[in-house]
Amino acid sequence: MKMTAAQAIVECLKAENIKVVYGYPGAAICPLYDALLDAKDDIKHVLVRHEANGGHAANGYARISGKPAVCIATSGPGAVNLVTAIATAHADSIPIVCITGQVNTDQIGSDAFQEADITGAAEPFVKHSYLLSNPDDLPRVFKEAFYIAGSGRPGPVLIDIPMDVQKAVIDFKYPKSVSIRSYKPTLKGNFNQIKRFVSSLEKAKKPLICIGGGVFASNAQKEICELAKIMQIPVITTMMGLSVFSDDNPLFFGMLGMHGVPVANKAVNDCDVLFLVGARVGDRAVRAPLSIEKTTKILHIDIDPAEIGKNIGVDYPLVGDAKLVLQDMIKLAKPMEHNDWIEYLNSLNKPDEFVKMPKGTVNPREFMFKLSKSMPADTIVAADVGQNQIWTATGYKFKDGGRFITSGGMGTMGYSVPAAIGAKMAAPDRPVMVICGDGSFQMNFMELATAIQHNVPIKIIVMTNNRLGMVRELQTNGYDDRQIAVALDGSPDFIKLADAYGIKSCCVTDDKSMDKAIEFIKNTDELCLVEVVVDEMAKTL
Amino acid sequence: MKHTISVLVENHSGVLSRISGLFSRRGFNIESLAVGPTQDPTISRITIIADGNEYTVEQIEKQLNKLIQVIKVKTLTKDECLARELLIAKLSVPADKRSEVMTIAEITGAKVMDLSLTTMTLELCDTYANLKRFEEIIAPYNVIELVRTGTIAISKGADTITAK
Ligand SMILES: Cc1ncc(C[n+]2csc(CCOP(=O)(O)OP(=O)(O)O)c2C)c(N)n1
Repeated sequence: MKMTAAQAIVECLKAENIKVVYGYPGAAICPLYDALLDAKDDIKHVLVRHEANGGHAANGYARISGKPAVCIATSGPGAVNLVTAIATAHADSIPIVCITGQVNTDQIGSDAFQEADITGAAEPFVKHSYLLSNPDDLPRVFKEAFYIAGSGRPGPVLIDIPMDVQKAVIDFKYPKSVSIRSYKPTLKGNFNQIKRFVSSLEKAKKPLICIGGGVFASNAQKEICELAKIMQIPVITTMMGLSVFSDDNPLFFGMLGMHGVPVANKAVNDCDVLFLVGARVGDRAVRAPLSIEKTTKILHIDIDPAEIGKNIGVDYPLVGDAKLVLQDMIKLAKPMEHNDWIEYLNSLNKPDEFVKMPKGTVNPREFMFKLSKSMPADTIVAADVGQNQIWTATGYKFKDGGRFITSGGMGTMGYSVPAAIGAKMAAPDRPVMVICGDGSFQMNFMELATAIQHNVPIKIIVMTNNRLGMVRELQTNGYDDRQIAVALDGSPDFIKLADAYGIKSCCVTDDKSMDKAIEFIKNTDELCLVEVVVDEMAKTL
Repeated sequence: MKHTISVLVENHSGVLSRISGLFSRRGFNIESLAVGPTQDPTISRITIIADGNEYTVEQIEKQLNKLIQVIKVKTLTKDECLARELLIAKLSVPADKRSEVMTIAEITGAKVMDLSLTTMTLELCDTYANLKRFEEIIAPYNVIELVRTGTIAISKGADTITAK
């Protein structure tokens, strides 16, 4: 069918079953926006208040839907604003497809108004990118882009489209299949190696499973829980793997790493076989991989061969999709018992104790703990970056069906609010909560307007310590408490700010208001904000 | 340790910048990089000489493979590959020294490409090591310009690297 390339983009999005796109318009992307107007019954356009947040919203949507999500920006500043979101998605292997406008083909390279080499600028952070110069390539490029973003190790794909290309008339036909000779991810694991995996787990006295974000990417939550149960293997997670296991699962021992819980780190040091599932052993997760390598047999499943052996030496590598590999392992696995080992780990597990905080403030981890006890199991929690993130990761007890999302790899402040908007739109029936600091909230609170405009009722919790808390703590511990550039004096009154946006709010300053606020969070079905006052010297762990 | 890595890539614009970007941002050291078309016009072949230990080479191979437009990556071992590089050197040579330079050319297998009143331009196609030696030999003769193509390599015998 003959149509403009801009209309063809809309047809591609429909063919990919895209219901919502996050974007911000400008001259160079106007042809696409014009075409989106005609498709508004099929594709909802959400006007974010900053392009990076459009990317984060798509990121949140993609994590919850499990499929690539789309964001749009104009050329030049719009595209460059998107780079932070592209890098954030790349670091956490999240499938987003970013569409940017570009100046006319004949102007490229001339430093035209709002020209930016976005494919160049984003190159280190994309799984792949296209500068679409031939409008006839458009259907193939879109088909490939969605396939590349969502398959193998997922990641962001960028399509940069000059304005004249958007306006060109093409003969549209969406390809049914993709064939890229140079891109064929390995999904099915080598069966002999799978057998070896199972037998070394069987021989282990103190086996340990460490789960990363790859388990979500391959949708293998059910399988890993089943395998752990059959073989009675204790489980820990990285920050990206948090919420795969329910906190009350007797096999679960929490998050490892620099900000993890002691028992999880002890487990890594003491186990004799460590089974990594979609976890890349980043530097925040394991500080001294070399010492573990020496004493522990390491098995690693990853869909990305480059992650195997990159950060930690591996005895048994296995390239494949975690879900498929685990299904094979479950078939081979025999019931086992590791009572002594589990008992030992349990003996290290200290019950949560919450110290009393100065008057007018509450213990942030106690707040998380109580909040998690009261929220429904299927709640999605989007944490920002900083102390608030770690308080959530270690204090909030996830239940079966719950979900934790955060910017793990890049640690991008300002992620939580837009990501929660995306998550809520992907799962309108589930409660979605933001937990952020007063610093990170001030990087993204303009998105309150987006949530109001598009009626996205998320619950926002701002942990106010009037500090860039995590950096303050770094300065306290590493620089003799010489604090610089961490005080957030000048911040608005967040309750009045909520008022200005016309949304309900309340403030937590003591135990009584904490209980009330938790009820408020649980029972408020519209967009709302809760301020939780935390002492400026409160510790992360 | 030096490694010879052959990379088959889609013959599209942008591939080279992706590859060189990858090397610089991951801190891999490239000694030389040579690129050109192959018998299949849709495929270009890049030969990279890189420095690093076994771990680094493995990472280079894997990271290259992640680039969507990279079709095949293979590290050629020294014993199994035929490698050549072209060197062109311009020497400032007064008339009375010409025959001396001619003798060097004859012994080393270099050719005189160009001659002027004051200069001689030599070309030599050989292995990396032989070119290095050649550079040493001509060094005393006032080299005023020297260019090298970077090594290209192919495997010995019936072995091939194909897109399949
Ligand atoms: C975009 C960005 N800039 C800077 C940082 C460095 N950084 C990490 S944590 C942090 C403080 C966060 O402060 P706040 O949001 O108030 O959270 P808190 O640590 O107080 O809970 C900063 C500045 C970052 N991660 N991201």
